[in-house]
Amino acid sequence: MSQPDYEKLQKLATQIRRDIVRMVHGAASGHPGGSLGCTEYFVALYFHILDRKDTFNMDGKGEDIFFLSNGHISPVWYATLARAGYFEVSELATFRKLNTRLQGHPATEEGLPGIRVASGSLGQGLSVAVGASRAKKLNQDDHLVYVLMGDGEQQEGQVWEAAMFAAHNKVDNLIATIDYNGQQIDGPVDEVMSLGDLRAKWQAFGWEVLESNGNDLKDLIDTLEKAKSMTGQGKPVLNLMRTDMGYGVDFMVGTHKWHGIAPNDEELEKALSQLEETLGDY
Amino acid sequence: MTKFTFSEKKDTRSGFGEGLLEAGRKNPNVVGLCADLTGSLKMGDFQGEFPERFFQTGIAEANMMGLAAGMTVGGKIPFTGTFANFSTGRVYDQIRQSIAYSEKNVKVCASHAGLTLGEDGATHQILEDIGMMKMLPNFTVVVPCDFNQTRLATMAIAEHEGPVYLRFGRPKWPIFTDPNDSFEIGKAHKLIDGNDVTIFATGHMVWLAIEAEAILAEKGISAEVINIHTIKPLDIKAILESTRKTGAVVVAEEHQRFGGLGESIATELAVHSPTPMEFVAVNDHFGESGKPEELLSKYGLSKEAIVEKCEMVIQRK
Repeated sequence: MSQPDYEKLQKLATQIRRDIVRMVHGAASGHPGGSLGCTEYFVALYFHILDRKDTFNMDGKGEDIFFLSNGHISPVWYATLARAGYFEVSELATFRKLNTRLQGHPATEEGLPGIRVASGSLGQGLSVAVGASRAKKLNQDDHLVYVLMGDGEQQEGQVWEAAMFAAHNKVDNLIATIDYNGQQIDGPVDEVMSLGDLRAKWQAFGWEVLESNGNDLKDLIDTLEKAKSMTGQGKPVLNLMRTDMGYGVDFMVGTHKWHGIAPNDEELEKALSQLEETLGDY
Repeated sequence: MTKFTFSEKKDTRSGFGEGLLEAGRKNPNVVGLCADLTGSLKMGDFQGEFPERFFQTGIAEANMMGLAAGMTVGGKIPFTGTFANFSTGRVYDQIRQSIAYSEKNVKVCASHAGLTLGEDGATHQILEDIGMMKMLPNFTVVVPCDFNQTRLATMAIAEHEGPVYLRFGRPKWPIFTDPNDSFEIGKAHKLIDGNDVTIFATGHMVWLAIEAEAILAEKGISAEVINIHTIKPLDIKAILESTRKTGAVVVAEEHQRFGGLGESIATELAVHSPTPMEFVAVNDHFGESGKPEELLSKYGLSKEAIVEKCEMVIQRK
């Protein structure tokens, strides 16, 4: 693997953050907080970590594939997919509008390149990713499967069903990540329904657990590279990724208030003034 | 037309087990998943012959549906197996989002449907599953009538691209169809020609409709019996053709009246050809413990009930 070009990756992250706030503003709805917090993860994944093909194939054979379980952070995924060349960046302007391929939550029905399964109803993505990992084994395809979940999503029981299955079946071609930002819609996760010692829980379920700073590109890439080096050894791997919800826009940082609302015109200007237009707006 | 008789009884779930094994031999992409009911679902032969293509999920049906959806991404054709109750209501949202809306080629195979599950009682006797599954866009719903047809249906859905719900049952039931019949998804089977009333039946109730026809014949009533093995897509052409000939309809199914086959047929007839109808189905009740025959009788799903409803509907012509 080549050395990461951090300057290029940082420019992408800044531009994608602009895309996110502009998309959510344009739709007057959406989830900016988690999208902004996970921007480095998406940039690292699509522009450095994934061994992926340039054109989209639903079956994902012969390449690494990614599933988003917490589908409400669709803005960051759509912006990343567009910036990675899967479709025109101009299409980002259609987010959440009638007849768009960029549905509020990711979907396959409209045929948007990059999406392999619908998500939004929480707790399902890890199961899907484990299934896809098993299919890769059967196909003797040694590429990896990646999946991102939310931390609030850990409250869904299905996540733990999938965690148990993956460890029992030694699913070792899978790298899961939890966006551990400590916030969910109703407030801080610790107040809504505390998760306890998440690292210990996943370890107790039989997973290898790594921790990373998800808003530090170098730390995140180093961790994901380490996770890759731990695949193929009989255990599933989890990246417990600390992030700040709303990272990159000062008044959106660290609060659940920006989980699921859109900025108004004034707030948009304020947000954009903090994010340099590095690659040209859509 | 052939008079239907039987010399052997077998459970439809065993037809599923045989069909799955044959589908597995024919297509290496067929995989099986089961949530701790391998014996009940008769998936043991598939597991034995294709251990690497069989996935024991433990008692975790939600995860099983997600796993199946994920496996289709690598080109697999997953057949999930558990009781009908745990195949539908328990995992409706997983099926809706990860399979139906995501257009995944998963076969949701469900045993122990309806009252004929028997002694386990209402917790397990799902009577709402056809309704739930037929409401999902992209889904095909198949309810075969005996062992032979369940085997054929299982092999047919493996060839069909798209999500399918396959419903079958627990009890030993008369085998009256030919093992070499053709089976085409969405194509109704006319079993007996008649002129006075049409009985549309599905699943276990098809045999009872055949028995009811014999009783009606003795009374001088000519009943047509049609096996609707595919609830969705419905064979509207066959239904309209028969209904326009007989002018009276009885629908028999081991399911709630609300949401069942009867409702689907009534909707089509209301639009295309309003016709007097009666329903042999469970009427807004849960089941209970008991022997299959006792339960069918208590909840009005017997051959006598079919006869009675045929006589009633003819009066309304």
